[in-house]
Amino acid sequence: MIKTDVVIIGAGPTGLFCAHQLGIIGLKCEIVDNLDKIGGQCIELYPDKPIYDIPAVPKCTGEELTNNLIEQIKPFNFNFHLSDRVQELKNENNKWFVKTLNGKEFETHNIVIAGGVGSFEPRKFPTKSAEKYDGKSVLYSIKDKTIFKDKSVVIFGGGDSALDWAIELSNSSKVTLVHRRDEFRGAPASVQKIKELSDNKTIDLITKYSIKDVKGNGSLESVEIKSESGESKVIKADYVLGFFGLIMQLGPIAEWGLNLDRKTIPVNTENFETNKKGIFAIGDICTYPGKLKLILSGFHEGALAARGCFKYARPDEKYRFEFTTASSTIKDRLGVKE
Amino acid sequence: MAKIKYIEFNGTEHEADVANGLSVMEGAIQNDIPGIDADCGGGMSCATCHVYINDDEWFKKLPEKEMGEDDMLDQAFEPKSNSRLSCQLIVSEDLDGLTVHMPEKQV
Repeated sequence: MIKTDVVIIGAGPTGLFCAHQLGIIGLKCEIVDNLDKIGGQCIELYPDKPIYDIPAVPKCTGEELTNNLIEQIKPFNFNFHLSDRVQELKNENNKWFVKTLNGKEFETHNIVIAGGVGSFEPRKFPTKSAEKYDGKSVLYSIKDKTIFKDKSVVIFGGGDSALDWAIELSNSSKVTLVHRRDEFRGAPASVQKIKELSDNKTIDLITKYSIKDVKGNGSLESVEIKSESGESKVIKADYVLGFFGLIMQLGPIAEWGLNLDRKTIPVNTENFETNKKGIFAIGDICTYPGKLKLILSGFHEGALAARGCFKYARPDEKYRFEFTTASSTIKDRLGVKE
Repeated sequence: MAKIKYIEFNGTEHEADVANGLSVMEGAIQNDIPGIDADCGGGMSCATCHVYINDDEWFKKLPEKEMGEDDMLDQAFEPKSNSRLSCQLIVSEDLDGLTVHMPEKQV
């Protein structure tokens, strides 16, 4: 059991800056994120895309913003719990007991949900019949590539994951790559390589087709694909892999008794607390009159939520507002030597 | 201003007057029309405002896809050749009378 002042759900820019504000006012926090890296949507959706509306930063990429925020909270040595997801919350004696998917447990005064629009999960095939084989012979990520040796593998998708795995597995498996259009969004070098492998018949490349059905009798035997004009083909398959990027699912957050408005959590704008005492929501996941889904709004929300957390974490102390330019206490916390 | 018709997968029709300059996605969100999620809020970085333009004439009339829209559509639920991201369709008088069909689901 890890005891802390605040558990932050989500390591995107909003969660990171909230952590900074907690550090500044002398609170501790633990940060949990479903992704295997820090940065949230910035790092997962647009690491290379420039952002132009961070105050005083005319232009930076999602990756640069993330790296700067990580740098900014370094003095506080907060722990990150990546590739993990907060699953259960329980309140006892005004404390929250938090359990994660990987079995970590926290005892905390406050929870700050900075979860964006939920956790990232792979987009799955739309075909119902694929569910039966999910995790066995229909896969959306690869943990052990040796299982594909000498097997027929049908890969769907046109991005880097699909292309890279088609190239990699073509060494030891019978690979078919199926994509919905002729253009690929993967790296040009990979696209070039795929075309070569297709030209020399190392892989079968089928474009303008998508999945129709998977068939088998206990174990997967084939996959049927369709074109938009209605033609269909059946391909022998031991494994079917789908790489359609990630979608965002609210997941267990929906089950914590929080008021929800569509996929967002209503909060008050004084401290961004939800309808549950000690649970705050900031960033894209929160809503209130006038809400803007901007990173800068998330920063503001995180700063105020941090002060809200202080009240529960230090009930006997009075919060005192201080400037980082002037406060020697804050400079100590930041490890600044003058 | 343009009148846009949104048809849910189950056939339910909604009509909205959408101001010029807004996207077809925003027209749906602001009028509480279900079937368009718009998780990323219009940044062309998810694929949850996906619609079909079933009328071929209309599809051709719409502004061409920008780079990146088709990449994003690869990641949508059941994309077809008449798929568009509704956040990329900016409303003007030219779009008056447009009908968009929503997919079975967005995520």
